[in-house]
Amino acid sequence: MHAIEETIKETCKKLWDDGEVNRILAWEKGLFDHDAAPALFRSRERISHLVYNEHCGGNLSKFLIKEMEKEGKVLVLLKPCDTYGFNQLLSENRINREKVYILGVPCGGMRDERGLLFKCLSCKGNDFKASDQIIESDLSVPAPVPSGEEEKLNKMTAEERFAFWRGQLSKCIRCNACRNVCPACSCIKCVFDNRDSGIETKANSDAFEENLFHIIRAFHVAGRCTDCGECSRVCPQNIPLYLLNRKMIEEMNERYGTYQAGENPEAKSPLTEFKESDPEISAEYGKGGVSSC
Amino acid sequence: MQIEDNSNKEFRPLILAFCCNWCSYAGADLAGSSRSSYPAEVKIIRVPCSCRVNPLFLLRAFEKGADGVILAGCHPGDCHYSTGNYYTRRRMALLFDMLDYLGIERERTRVEWISAAEGAKFSTTMNAFTQTIKELGPNRKLRDLRCMP
Repeated sequence: MHAIEETIKETCKKLWDDGEVNRILAWEKGLFDHDAAPALFRSRERISHLVYNEHCGGNLSKFLIKEMEKEGKVLVLLKPCDTYGFNQLLSENRINREKVYILGVPCGGMRDERGLLFKCLSCKGNDFKASDQIIESDLSVPAPVPSGEEEKLNKMTAEERFAFWRGQLSKCIRCNACRNVCPACSCIKCVFDNRDSGIETKANSDAFEENLFHIIRAFHVAGRCTDCGECSRVCPQNIPLYLLNRKMIEEMNERYGTYQAGENPEAKSPLTEFKESDPEISAEYGKGGVSSC
Repeated sequence: MQIEDNSNKEFRPLILAFCCNWCSYAGADLAGSSRSSYPAEVKIIRVPCSCRVNPLFLLRAFEKGADGVILAGCHPGDCHYSTGNYYTRRRMALLFDMLDYLGIERERTRVEWISAAEGAKFSTTMNAFTQTIKELGPNRKLRDLRCMP
């Protein structure tokens, strides 16, 4: 990993000297050893502080939105899984491809103080979906390990599922970390920031509001969620938010054909298009509800 | 004036119907003018298109005390705006799955296609839906817990 970090630094310095880029979005040393912090490097001398190790779990692509207002090209370090989020932002015209230089960095699974990151257990592989240059290495990504949580939930009765989600979602402290980190949540003004709504903080909200926040957030990112798992990673209460998003993806794949958000910036999300032959909703009550009248 | 004691009375649900201006709302009119009755529990909100209904509207309705929400729009292919109800169909299918996943009775929500000429369908749909909700009982899961009796 140390050799890779040195190669990255050399490449960054070379691109800087060539005048290709004038700032670098990468990681620097954080407060703890297991915590590398995202950082913007604005001078060539600072590049020596750049850090790339197995604790760089975060996705830097969302920081690019802010960088689009500035002059010149920005260099960004993206791991294979981060390029999905990048493509998604690109397809929503939140970033300008011309103003970004992507340095693809290899990943062998990221860790925090507790071990391999949860999101790495469902690794999408080491294919870069967007890149200008790739740092080669012999790292191999961790093999996917199914969490088993989905099966457990599917086997539960409705009452048990309700109790499970009530227990999970009532832990929410409305810190908004899941929203702030999510590459799909890139609205300039978020529906949950409305001060008149009376729901913008935990203190103002009621018991159902906690559910509502997560249901609506899952719905807003439906069709655009790349299943990157960042929401679950940053949640200070360890709520398995990925389960909500994955359910949405599963249902859409089943009904409207397999679609991986962020794989191709040209592709259209299932919720922004339709087919005349789509299944009727009334008929779907047969799955576990009452029949249509 | 004495406050009525409702504790022993039959459960009367509150049902919200979002009706498309171009079809179901006119369908409700037709139901009225052709004297076919539908339950008084159904409160209609007129919307320009079934596609106008944000999933948040349904959830908010439940939160504020609705026991059932029905969304009525034009038959697929008949949308006044050409394609609105196709989007509704995808969106609501997904929302209902989500409610199911969270353990909330999906029977409390329904989407029906009712054209302006189907006054009879409007009344039978509303009667059947109200009956379903009556059997299910009051909505407790999605309600603002502070409003619970």
